[in-house]
Amino acid sequence: MRYAMAIDTKKCVGCSDCVVACQTENNVPIGYCRDWVVEVTDGTYPQLELENRSERCNQCNNSPCVRCCPTGASHYSDGGIVLVTPHKCIGCGACIASCPYDARYSHPEGYVDKCTFCIHRIKKGLEPACVAACPTKCMYFGDLDNPKSPVSEILKVRKYKTLIPEAGTDPQLYFLI
Amino acid sequence: MAVSASALGVYKKLVHSPPQGSELSLDTTRTPTYCEICFWKCAGWVYKNEEGKIWKVIGNDEDQHSNGRFCPRGTGGPGMYYDEDRLKTPLIRTKERGRQVFREASWDEALDYIAEKMLGIAEEHGPECTALLTHGSGGTYFGDLLKAFGSGSIAAPSYAQCRGPREVAYQTTFGEGVGSPERIDIRDTKCLVLIGAHLGENMHNGQVQEMSDAIDKGASIITVDPRFSIAASKSKYWLPIKPATDLALLLSWIHVIIYEEWYDKAYVEKYTYGFEQLKAHVRNMTPEWAYGITTLEPDLIRKSAKEMADAAPAVIVNPGRHVTWYGDDTQRSRAMAMINALLGSWGNRGGFYNPERVNVPSWPHPPFPEPKKTWKDAYPDKYKLAFETLASGICDATIPAISEACNFKAWIVNGTNLFKTIPDAEKVKEAIQNLELLVVIDTMPMAITGWADVVLPECTYLERYDTIRDSPHRKPAIALRMPAAEPMYNTKPAYWMAKELANRMGLGEYFSWNNIEEMLDWQLKQLGTSLEEMQRIGVKTFERSYDDLYFQKGQEMEFYTNTGKIELYSTALAAEGFDPIPRYTAHEEPPPGYFRLNYGRAPSHTFGRTANNALLKDLMEENTAWINPKVASEWGIKNGQYIWLENQDGVRSSFPIQARVTERIRWDSVYMVHGFGHTNKSLSRAYGKGASDSELITKVLLDPIMGGTGMRGNFVTFKFESKEEEVES
Repeated sequence: MRYAMAIDTKKCVGCSDCVVACQTENNVPIGYCRDWVVEVTDGTYPQLELENRSERCNQCNNSPCVRCCPTGASHYSDGGIVLVTPHKCIGCGACIASCPYDARYSHPEGYVDKCTFCIHRIKKGLEPACVAACPTKCMYFGDLDNPKSPVSEILKVRKYKTLIPEAGTDPQLYFLI
Repeated sequence: MAVSASALGVYKKLVHSPPQGSELSLDTTRTPTYCEICFWKCAGWVYKNEEGKIWKVIGNDEDQHSNGRFCPRGTGGPGMYYDEDRLKTPLIRTKERGRQVFREASWDEALDYIAEKMLGIAEEHGPECTALLTHGSGGTYFGDLLKAFGSGSIAAPSYAQCRGPREVAYQTTFGEGVGSPERIDIRDTKCLVLIGAHLGENMHNGQVQEMSDAIDKGASIITVDPRFSIAASKSKYWLPIKPATDLALLLSWIHVIIYEEWYDKAYVEKYTYGFEQLKAHVRNMTPEWAYGITTLEPDLIRKSAKEMADAAPAVIVNPGRHVTWYGDDTQRSRAMAMINALLGSWGNRGGFYNPERVNVPSWPHPPFPEPKKTWKDAYPDKYKLAFETLASGICDATIPAISEACNFKAWIVNGTNLFKTIPDAEKVKEAIQNLELLVVIDTMPMAITGWADVVLPECTYLERYDTIRDSPHRKPAIALRMPAAEPMYNTKPAYWMAKELANRMGLGEYFSWNNIEEMLDWQLKQLGTSLEEMQRIGVKTFERSYDDLYFQKGQEMEFYTNTGKIELYSTALAAEGFDPIPRYTAHEEPPPGYFRLNYGRAPSHTFGRTANNALLKDLMEENTAWINPKVASEWGIKNGQYIWLENQDGVRSSFPIQARVTERIRWDSVYMVHGFGHTNKSLSRAYGKGASDSELITKVLLDPIMGGTGMRGNFVTFKFESKEEEVES
């Protein structure tokens, strides 16, 4: 089992509903976020291109955050999801520094927090909150080992890219282009 | 008190019998609602956490407005509920208007005060001298109160300040308005044409969802906008038009479609009136003619017209929503409507569908008295084609110098911060100073509350019942809003306030229900459901009465126009002395050193309502002034630098605004998101954040046809210090 997510940059309008949905679902404190929206503009007026994408932890197969964690708080869970065990985390911040995607933050309660792919929802057969809320249905989630999962199906037919592949982390967030 | 006790009763009942659904396993309870953060009114579910506190709001899968998915504002709804800056108790003014100087009052005291004043005004001036300005669900109850009282002046700024010209344009062309949600079939369209509309930033939820579906199905998008909007970035053709020249482009598109014979000949012949006049009218309006006005390449105009024609009839020239721009807005909207007629999209799949709504019966009440006068009497020779009340018309008529015929002495303002919804704030203030009574009902201490004599704190939509949502859609449907929690603080729902006022004003017979549940249950039972069922399902969708979502092939049609045809040549406009076919007139251009002020929406905020919502503030805390890099370089403005904007009348923004230096904006205009720069310090998160476009809109271009207030004829320049500092130096 290998959970992954694909985000269609052709459909994403950058509305940030994913951010609010995550915030309410996971009680992320005001002022912090587990996911965020990036807008990249290229060109000069009127020859312009723009890409919107919703970003979060890439749930890498080769995660520097897990490797560098001195206490074992950061670990791989079911389907390759990288999780942090709050009571094992000493808040040293090594994982934050090691993440090429800047996907982690220090929770005010003293541990490091990040996207969990809403593992509590997945276990109940639900989609992650961001995927379920997105008005443009631009996010696809599922198990890459299952060829019928939405994410497997869409990656078969669309071109995609990953972010900062040169970091060698084998990220599992795919962006449809 | 009986009302809130019964609301709690319903909550308890749901705790004992949890609803069925996919999220049941999350072990919580849910109650139905429809969103009040914007006018789209998406239906959804309010979930509570283990402590029984409001946790999150999720879309209702059965709802055609949301299809189970809320937009960021709707998802952020709990932020409105938990906002500690909310209005908490009734307030009565103690000093002059314009300052937040109030004393706290009990509900009895506040309502007695209002009722006494209203009755006094009715005695001295007549009940018709009272008006309601409203933008929110609770307006229905205050509307009934005023109708029962004998006033017919009930207005929403969403007409004259927003969608009014579009409605009149479609009424004069097709005999019917576009309505809300708009009857556009984006889901099945092959070509969506957006003119100044920025779907995606403008989160009309169902439309954004359908635009995404259409992209999936390979539909093309054409966007006309001086700004490279999100929609423009997803478009096959982006037409970076010179602002204020849209009508020239539209007429040249009509020229191309007619003279290249790309129009739907059978449709035009069967259904339309005035084709030959239109053809003659646009004879010389070639793309080359339009190029000189719009700066758009003729080839781009032709190619985009061909794109539409190839998709016809599954093409939508989107009527838009906020269309009060330059004062000739009814005519511009007409030109857009005419392209839809020429391409046969009105009444066809992928174009415009025929919506259907449920007629929710009113609780029986005595007939409303006929008002002796209405706002229209203030304008005997004007705005004859305005089919709804003009909020700006009421405002102007309140100033005795402007109108003697129908002066208003009392306003009830429900859920609309007039300083951000009606242009020319100074005039609004002047009107208010002529009032004997201003009552403001809101959930938040918006600037308008500072001018009220009495402020009534409404509980949020998450804490109350409201009218049954009956908006038209592909299938007729209703949605229920019910309280997910008891009202926080000393706040009350609108229906309760209206009923209590009615009792005090001797109008109790118009509100003869014992409690809201009784009324809603009675209404719902007339529709074959019940309050109990709606509490469980939230949304009920009915089958259509007839199979008439689209025209049948070759169907005979009678349109609600004078000729019974789709009027390319408008007999109604001609009769009133207006151009029966739209004519391009040049609009004033910015003087040297000034830039046209354009404004729009951000997906995370609605009007000025949401700026203080902690969840949404986190997404966008303040607006920015979009400035083209070439312009910024000339002025020495750096990205992120705070500047002040000053308009052509010397009005400078109260607060500085961050410059966003971006290629996405034309060099001749400045763009900002509406709804920021709040001046009330009680809004702790929103006060002083960003600048207000509304205060810079001091020049209003009136639409002579229906009284729309065109707001895009204002020009701004850049200043590097606030006015006060300048005076001091």
